[in-house]
Order: sequence, then structure tokens, then C-alpha cells
Amino acid sequence: MTDLTNLTVAQIRDGHRAGDFSAVEVAGAFSANVAGAKALNAFIVETPEHALEAAKAADADRAAGTLKPLSGVPIGMKDLFATKGVQTTAASHMLEGFVPRYESTVSQKLWDAGAGMLGKLNLDQFAMGSSNETSWFGNVISPWKRNDGGNAALAPGGSSGGSSAAIAARLCPAATGTDTGGSIRQPAAFTGISGIKPTYGRCSRWGIVAFASSLDQAGPMARDVKDCAIMLETMAGFDPKDATSLDLPVPNWEAALSSDLKGKTVGIPREYRLEGIDPDIDAMWDAGIAMLKDAGAEVVEISLPHTKYALPAYYIIAPAEASSNLARYDGVRYGLRDLPEKAGLQDMYAATRAEGFGPEVKRRIMIGTYVLSAGFYDAYYTQAQKVRTLISRDFSAAFEACDVILAPTAPSAAFGLGEKTADPLAMYLNDVFAVPASLAGLPAMSVPAALNREGLPLGLQIIGKAFDEQGVLNAGLAIEERAGFTARAEKWW
Amino acid sequence: MTDYRIKGETGEWEVVVGLEVHAQVTSNAKLFSGAATAFGAEPNTQVSLVDAAMPGMLPVPNRECIRQAVRTGMAIDAVINKYSRFDRKNYFYADLPQGYQISQLYHPLVGEGSLTIEPDEKAGIDGEKVIGVERIHVEQDAGKLMHDQHPTMSYVDLNRSGVALMEIVSKPDMRSPAEAGAYLRKLRAILRYVGSCDGNMEEGSMRADVNVSVRKPGDALGTRTETKNVNSVRFVMQAIEYEAQRQVEVLESGGTVDQETRLFNPDSGTTRTMRSKEDAHDYRYFPDPDLLPLELDDAFLDECRASLPELPDAKRARYEAAGISAYNAGVLTAEVENARWFDALLETGAEPKAAANWVTSELFGALNRLGKDIGDCPVTPAQAGELLGLIADGTISGSIAKQVFEIMLETGDGAAKIVEDKGLRQTSDTGAIEAVIAEVLANNPNQLEQYRGGKEALFGFFVGQTMKAMQGKANPQVVNELLKKALSQ
Repeated sequence: MTDLTNLTVAQIRDGHRAGDFSAVEVAGAFSANVAGAKALNAFIVETPEHALEAAKAADADRAAGTLKPLSGVPIGMKDLFATKGVQTTAASHMLEGFVPRYESTVSQKLWDAGAGMLGKLNLDQFAMGSSNETSWFGNVISPWKRNDGGNAALAPGGSSGGSSAAIAARLCPAATGTDTGGSIRQPAAFTGISGIKPTYGRCSRWGIVAFASSLDQAGPMARDVKDCAIMLETMAGFDPKDATSLDLPVPNWEAALSSDLKGKTVGIPREYRLEGIDPDIDAMWDAGIAMLKDAGAEVVEISLPHTKYALPAYYIIAPAEASSNLARYDGVRYGLRDLPEKAGLQDMYAATRAEGFGPEVKRRIMIGTYVLSAGFYDAYYTQAQKVRTLISRDFSAAFEACDVILAPTAPSAAFGLGEKTADPLAMYLNDVFAVPASLAGLPAMSVPAALNREGLPLGLQIIGKAFDEQGVLNAGLAIEERAGFTARAEKWW
Repeated sequence: MTDYRIKGETGEWEVVVGLEVHAQVTSNAKLFSGAATAFGAEPNTQVSLVDAAMPGMLPVPNRECIRQAVRTGMAIDAVINKYSRFDRKNYFYADLPQGYQISQLYHPLVGEGSLTIEPDEKAGIDGEKVIGVERIHVEQDAGKLMHDQHPTMSYVDLNRSGVALMEIVSKPDMRSPAEAGAYLRKLRAILRYVGSCDGNMEEGSMRADVNVSVRKPGDALGTRTETKNVNSVRFVMQAIEYEAQRQVEVLESGGTVDQETRLFNPDSGTTRTMRSKEDAHDYRYFPDPDLLPLELDDAFLDECRASLPELPDAKRARYEAAGISAYNAGVLTAEVENARWFDALLETGAEPKAAANWVTSELFGALNRLGKDIGDCPVTPAQAGELLGLIADGTISGSIAKQVFEIMLETGDGAAKIVEDKGLRQTSDTGAIEAVIAEVLANNPNQLEQYRGGKEALFGFFVGQTMKAMQGKANPQVVNELLKKALSQ
């Protein structure tokens, strides 16, 4: 019998439906992998019993002929999604031990569709980070190693680093991620998997611990494009509990998947060609262009003139929103409370927040507080909002001439843990290609496209028009079929 | 116009007052959550996950709260902004679970409007005056801290957390405590007519921040202080009086008024510093990214407008046009419940002027005596209409009507039934009346002689005697006619 943990979501779904194996077997196989992969530190909480219960229900549903879209599929849940009765921490000390009495809309939709939960996945604290090194629960270690004979521990990307590592290591076939400025796409690229951030508003934010509300967007991460489509169909949908939720029907993305790009135009943004970038990245990009041409697309050069302002604008807007969103963690009602002897209210706030937030979270709260302060607001926040508008206009203008945009997902392959922690700006630069689409609220995905000379995966990013996840998925599929990316991390854990 | 002046040692000072009124929106649910809003519930029983700011919870605007604020704006002829948005006002306090209050700083829902205060000679307001309203925006209320529940700790009740408030900001158009009082009363009346706020200041559904400055008449505006959360009309007037006097004393002794936030002490009628400008919070306002801008369409606005009731000024004009005195019209329209009751009475066909006189004297007098509001009035408008009908068609006289009304209050019976049962119907039977008149004239020969000798003022005496003898049941008009005839014989 094949190793069930090598199967994709589609293969598990279809194989289970066909009676090739039971859902209980699938859940058991993945749970065993999870239990055996402590060295990766991908999970904060393991919930094999949740996966097993869902699997039993799936097997019963199969017998009753009432299968659901994700019956028999166990997944990983980023620990930013509130899960009823299961600790939800956002990888923070602040929320350590916090057990919600409610379920996020996205996770509820997944359970309603028959999926089971293998556990809560590690991430950067409050989703702030690009390497999963800011988690209170320790770094996630990428399953990948460089081919240089060294044994350096590599970053799985962030903030959805637990999700990316777990999928790459076959601990789960798919997982949820969230993407504020690249947190789905960059870790997907670092670990040789796929991930899509849909149009802002597609997936409800209700029950997702907020980082930057105007940017946060949930999306799936999985081994291939089809699995992303399947997962996204379940995760997306209008939610009256989220005022920014899109009131649009959810398309049948999986059924409409097509890698035939005849009649489509792909835009190549001039400004994404960075001086001094790793030549492997440019080579992969050129290869990607050739693949899309091969799929029938026409390729045109486009310009997104305000690209260089995107990262600075992002690092004003996101921290500004975060500084306010995280004010609720004050030690009064839930989570950590540090109440020193004879302390007053202000002392309790200070002690609790000093203790409960990690350095990167504090840095962003301080940046955000600063840029919103009287006297600085216009120079920073207002200016950043104007940049954001200009970036949206750049995309609108570019999409007059093309249907999707192709670019690298990240400017480099995975780096070693600790290599960039001393230099926040170098770390922030990782998101340089990811952030513009986030600011514009556009759908964007990363698909694995090549290995670099160190034997590490690289990802290509496809950015689409608002609401055109289909166009993004189709272009992703065209690359996937042609890139023939089959490499996987050799098991060392 | 008011000529309210504070007489200082250096001359007269003018007071300039602006009010920021926080009015709790009448709605079953909070501004951004489905939690209930009833007053007086057990602590923390009306708190949703959103109100408690649990991780991942999101606000969703409650359409009804927006609608009420829009209707309020329309009632003061204000500009309704079809585009508005919500901003976060950030500060830390234990009664503010989110760490920010969702409010509207940059783009309020309602723009400029105005209301008119009535003349009140006793209060020194000798003509109508228009008071400008700068804006109305909607925002969340905070929770409540309870300091008296534990020796060393404070408790938090989040029932009020997230309840919708309208902040109604006046222009600095008032020039005396009396004008401020009249403005507040008028505003409250309008809110209650519209039904957007119950105006109950004791329960905290309406409270005012009072901005006061003083200047020599004709000078530029002085530095103002803001006295927070004053919760009655009387206290607002006291706060202004005290604060203006204090500022004059500060200025006249060579000092300067600090722009600061002050607190009112209702026991002493004084104000004291709460925090100075230097300690002012930097609220770091910015647009709430959880909420999209609020965009209102014409259909919504049309519905809001169509749902507005007749407002106090219009009602008052209608009453006056129907012959009701200006004074009575003012009294009848001041409280919406009274006006509604009176309108119901008019619908029974009662003659407006007589009805107004009866309501303002007989009915209000009785309610006053009984310690009741119009809301628990023992007599319905229909019953009152029946009583007034009996007066109007001559079935009973005004004085009999008083008796009948007393019996109605006691028994709840209808006027006609009481008149029948007690035999109170007035008589126009000329034979019976003539007989009584003859008797009265015979019993009062002295008066008769004086009358006939030219003292015609005695006519009233004979009327009184006749009515008394007939136990008030004679038709006064018939009595008059027959008496004249008898006396001139």
C-alpha cells in the first residue's frame, strides 16, 4: 500500500470516495507523521483526536452516501484561527493557554466540509515575521537543507512557517495560512509548495487573530494548485460577521481549472527586476515566462511605477493597524496578566504587555504608535495611504494590458535561521515582491518553479485582477505542469 | 437674545457656551454587535464576544443605529453625509476592552444643522434664537467601572460597552445658562419626538460636555474649558454659572484660563480640574480598517425622512393656527407624550382651544395632584373627548364637567354614563328655570331693588343663586336669558 501521506488533498478525497482506503487510516498516517516530526516544531498543539473524529464521521458519511467536499481530509490549522475548545495563541505568550469558546468562520467552514484538524500550526508571533523566528513557542525548522553538505537549519518562511514546513514534510496535505504582506506566498516559495492569497474579502476574517485588518487575508497552502483550489472553495464565502467580507458567490474554481492560456496575456513588471538579485531568481523567472508562453499566453512587459514605495508604505500601514488591534491584549479579560504587587491599572498594562509580547511585536506596536501620533500622522500614515492608492492604480493600469502578472515570490531562497534576525530591514525586504499585491488587495499565489544551486526551492508568483482567482490558479497550473517540480526535502527529522 | 452678563470688577463679561451632548441611541442592539442594551440589567449580562474584544472579533455596523442618527439629523435640518466613516480613538482604560473607541472624527454622519429655542421671559430669553449644530456623529459607549464592590479592586461592567451614542456638537452659540438649558430641553424634546433617544438624563442616556469661555462683549473668543459628563439640565446650568464666574475671577486677578478638562461636582455645584492640556491624550485617530466607509443611498434616506413624525416646531405652529394660545401650544408640545395624547384628543373631534384649555388646566392639574405622568393617565383621550363633547353640546356645564371628571378619575367610568347615573344633565327647561328664578328674586328683595336701582353688577349674583338652587345643572345661557327677562319686568 502506498504511503497515504504522499497523497494530495484531491487524491485523498477521491481515493476515500472510491473506497481505496478509510479516512481513519489517512488521519492515523498523518497523525503519526506529526507525532514523529517534533524536530520541525511545526505544531504548537497536536490534535490527533480531532482528526480521528472527523475521519470516523467521513467513513460513516461514505457508508451513508453523504460525503462532503473535504470528507476524509485532515489538515493543519494555523494557530491564528480561533478554534473552539482548542488553545489559540497566535504563537504568543500573551495568549498562551487561551482557549476560545468560538470557532473562526474559515475553520468552521472546513469542519463543516468534513475536514479534520491535525493540530494548530506554529507561526510568527501575531503573524509578524518572515521566517517563523518570532514565535513564543520556538522556531519552526524547515525540512529542507542546502546541498552544500552543511547542516544549517533553514527558515520555513513566515509568518505561515508551521503550515509550509508541515506540508513540505508531509505532516498534513494542506493547511490554512494567512497573508498580510506575503505570509502565505513567501513560506510556500521557501518550502516548495503552493499557496494562494485570495482577493481581500474572499475569506472571512471573523475569528482570525487580527494583525493588520485592511491587509489580513486567509488562504490555503497545499502541495499543488488543484489542492489550493479545492481548499479555497471551502474557505471562501460571504460572512455577515465581517463587514469587509465580499458578498459574492464562490466560483467552482477546481472544476474550471485549465492550464490552456491561449488568449491570455501575462504582464512582466519591469520594476521587479532588482539590481544585484540572486541570478537563480532571475533565471527561474525567465523560465517561468517561457512556460507561460508555452501554455499559449502572450507575454508583455508592464510597469508598476510605485513598486519601490510599497514596502515602506506597508511597514507604516500594517504596524499602525497592529498597534491598535493589539491594544485589546491588556491583561484585563483573558490571556496573560502580570499584576505586580500593589500594581495599579497602568502598571498591570505595562507589565503584562512587556511580558506577553515578543521583541518583533513590540517593535511594530511602537512603529505603529509613532506613525499615528499627532504631528507625525500626515507625514507617515496619510502619506502611506496615498502610496497605497497609487499602487492600486498601478495595478489597475497594468491590468488594462494583461490578465495576470508573473514575478518571483521572494528575492531569495530560504535563508538560515538567525541569519537575518539582527537586521529587521533585511528581514522586511523578503516581502518586497509580495507586499504590493497585499496593499492592492489582489489575489496572488506562489507555485514552486525550480531549485536553486543550493538545492532549495524557489517560487513564482502570479498576481491577478481582483476576484480573478481563477486566472491566477490557471496560470499557476500552467507553470506547475511545465516546471515538473517533484523535489522534496529528504527526511532527517 | 439674552443680555446675561457677569459683572466683574473690570466691567461686564459675556459667557460663551457650546454643548457636546452624548445621546444614547434607542435601539435593541449595540452599535457594532448584536448584544442587548436594556438599562439596569445584571452586570456583564449584555456583552457579546465583540463587546468584550475577544481575539478575532469584528464590528459590524447596526443599521438601525445609523438610521436613528440620520433621522435625528433630519429633524434638525442638518446636512446628511451620504459618505461617512468610522475612526478609532485609541486609549487604554479598563472600561474600554478594545483599547479604542470606534467613533467618527474625520467624516461624521451628520453635518451642520440647527434648532430654535423659544422665548422665555422669566429666564431672560426675550426672543426666539437659533442655535447652530456643528455635527452629529455616532460612536461606541464605554463600559462602567465599579469601585465600590471590593476593598482593593475595581470591577468592570461591560453592559454599556459598545452601546451606540450620538454625539451632538453645538456651535458656541449660547450666551447664558438659561439658553443652554433651553437648548438642552429643546434637543431632548426633538430626540424624543424622533424616537432616537429616550432623553433620560438620570439613567445616563443623555449627558453633556459643557464648553465655557468668557470675554468682554465684542472681544474674540476666550480660552474655553470643557466640563465632562454633566447629567441634568439643572447641573449644566449650574456648571456654566460656576465656570463662567470662576473664569472671570481668574482673568480679573491677572491670570489666564487653562484649556483643560474639568469635572462637575453636583453636590457643591462646582467644577475642578480633571486633566490639563499637557496631559491630554494623543488618541491616534485613524480610519477603522475593520469597517468600510458608510455609504447611504437615496432609498434609505427617503425612508428615514418619511418616517419622521411631526416635530415640535411644526406641531406648535399647527396648534397656534387652530386657535390655541401660544403659551398652551408651547406647554402641549414640550413633551412628546403630552403632544401625542393631545393629538389623540383632537382626533375625537374636540374643539382645539377648549381642549387645550382643559388639558393644560384640568388634566395636568389632576395628574400633578395624583403624581402621575401622561403615560399612566387614568383617562384615555377618547374618554376626555366624550367629556368635552358633553360640554360643547350643552349637556353639562363647565362646573359640572369638573365633577364628572373627578368621578371619571376615581371610577374609570365614561362621562355620559356618569352624567346619566348621577342625573347631572343640565336643563334648558324654561319652565323649571323660570320657577327657580322667581323664587330667587322673591328671596332677595334687597338685591333686586339695588339692581333695579342701577347696580347692574348684581346680575352675576342672581346667576350664581339660580345655578346654586339648580345644583349647577341649569344651562347657563338659558339662565342668563331668562334672568334678564325677569329682572327687566
